[in-house]
Amino acid sequence: MSIFQSLVRKEALHIIRDTRTMVITLLMPIVLLLLFGFAISTEVNDVRVVAVVDQFTDETRDILQRLRVNEYFTFQGLTTPEDVDALLRSGKTDAALFLRKEEGVLKSQIVVDASNTNTAQTATAYIRGVVNGSSAKSLILTSTLYNQQLKSAYNFVPGILGMIFILICAIMTSVSIVREKETGTMSLLLVSPVKPRTIILGKLVPYFLLSCVILTVMLLMAYTVLGLPVSSSVISVIAVSLLYIILSLSIGLMVSTVVDTQLTALIVSAVMFMLPVIMLSGMIFPVDNMPVVLQWISNIIPARWYIEAMRKLMVQQLAFSYILKDVLILLIMTLVLLAASIVKFRSSTR
Amino acid sequence: MHYYNDNAISVRNLTKCFGSFTAVDHISFDVAKGEIFGFLGANGAGKTTAMRMLCGLSVPTAGNGQVAGCDIMTRAEAIKHRIGYMSQKFSLYSGLTVEENIRLFSTIYGMTSARIKEASERVFKELGMEDMRGAFVKDIPVGWRQKLAFAVATIHKPEVVFLDEPTGGVDPVTRRKFWELIYKASSDGMTVFVTTHYLDEAEYCNRISIMVDGRISALDSPAALKEKYHATTIDEVFRIVAQDAQRAD
Repeated sequence: MSIFQSLVRKEALHIIRDTRTMVITLLMPIVLLLLFGFAISTEVNDVRVVAVVDQFTDETRDILQRLRVNEYFTFQGLTTPEDVDALLRSGKTDAALFLRKEEGVLKSQIVVDASNTNTAQTATAYIRGVVNGSSAKSLILTSTLYNQQLKSAYNFVPGILGMIFILICAIMTSVSIVREKETGTMSLLLVSPVKPRTIILGKLVPYFLLSCVILTVMLLMAYTVLGLPVSSSVISVIAVSLLYIILSLSIGLMVSTVVDTQLTALIVSAVMFMLPVIMLSGMIFPVDNMPVVLQWISNIIPARWYIEAMRKLMVQQLAFSYILKDVLILLIMTLVLLAASIVKFRSSTR
Repeated sequence: MHYYNDNAISVRNLTKCFGSFTAVDHISFDVAKGEIFGFLGANGAGKTTAMRMLCGLSVPTAGNGQVAGCDIMTRAEAIKHRIGYMSQKFSLYSGLTVEENIRLFSTIYGMTSARIKEASERVFKELGMEDMRGAFVKDIPVGWRQKLAFAVATIHKPEVVFLDEPTGGVDPVTRRKFWELIYKASSDGMTVFVTTHYLDEAEYCNRISIMVDGRISALDSPAALKEKYHATTIDEVFRIVAQDAQRAD
């Protein structure tokens, strides 16, 4: 066995024998994907509606009928204006639709429980659609491109990947390198004839392989369970992800050269890299809605460019040429970080 | 520069500065082949820094010297093949088994698989650890770990072995046994360079040096030092020599 192989083997044994961490790193992406894919969705289903109608006409019957058959609503029947308040307060219904004939014209009013603003807005829009649909006065045709069913899972897959790789590559790698500094095994390696280059590679390669396994699992799930459309962009998806994995490894290496304890490595990686990925990368909150200062900061967060590129590839199915800018930025970040951390590692060993 | 060829280590005016702080201040000494050389000093006296320079982990600011026949300024990489190192913190991979640790470190020192097999059998036999080879290092008693660490540091038969406080946190009986290993290595022709805080251990060395504030203030055999300072123990000698230390913490 060569020196490099034995170092990789040593690291792999450590990863595999740490069963708890291993299970968490393998299961967490899957659980997150399923959670965001199925359980946590921004879609609103089963809005409970009551209606108050003062005069029954063909028009009102038509509206009520459509409420009944619409799968987004659970139509709870008719009630009186006096009862609406009590029903909403007790949480037995989500919205009430008032239909009143005034001077021959049908007027409608929607009263909605807005304790959850998101649900309220969506419910209002649904009901308005049902009511307007009857009069057919003005018809707005909306075409939702790229994600016709508005599945929120599509949006989250790139974000989850962006987060997972930071976790495995940056956090786990930096902690494991710093652990060797703490326990003193790093100095054993450094006084040995092994070249610093080999030590670094022997540390990074196992985590790179682990990330590749997780990438494979995640992509398989995204394309099968979540039903993301498979197209020629798959190759670009893999290429960009590999670049991002290497970038995250460089972050881990960089962190490990500047901190001395496992705890600081964990805190630095988590606060400086994990948190921004969740908050500022556009994974959950759109970058364009942020204050200008935060938009600037988001520019230096690698995950932002990765997630942007992945959305274009996975959701919009765009060709590689559309993500050139993102890839270029990721590439420059990788090279700068890698060079800086290798120089820093070398100087810290002399 | 003229070196004595029968010396395992010889340095002249070795100096290391960190900014305006001089950690090691023009030290010069020779260690003969096969000698057990004790390197004493209070915390912060500059022992570790000096040792790091000898191991090729740190580049001297000034001065020169050779370790195992190689110049420390120009052939630091060659030195690494010829020395062994055991640090004050217990440092083997605790998540690996005894056998895996031995195999890892012998591979790192470029040993062939045939030699590795032979060497690990020898280690197991000498230490009486045959039934522990599959045990995780974290599960075996501290005393055994320390002996194992020494065996690993010397598995490639280095010319010089550096021991940085090798017996820290070990009970007296185990320390005795550990020193038997050191004597054995020395009688096999290995040069042993050892730092320690236990001054009774200093008596076991052929010669000792005492570092104070980055300089070597005393260097001789334990008996000669006791005579010179009219002391009965090395402990007393150390107190007399180190009493003017400015950097003690």
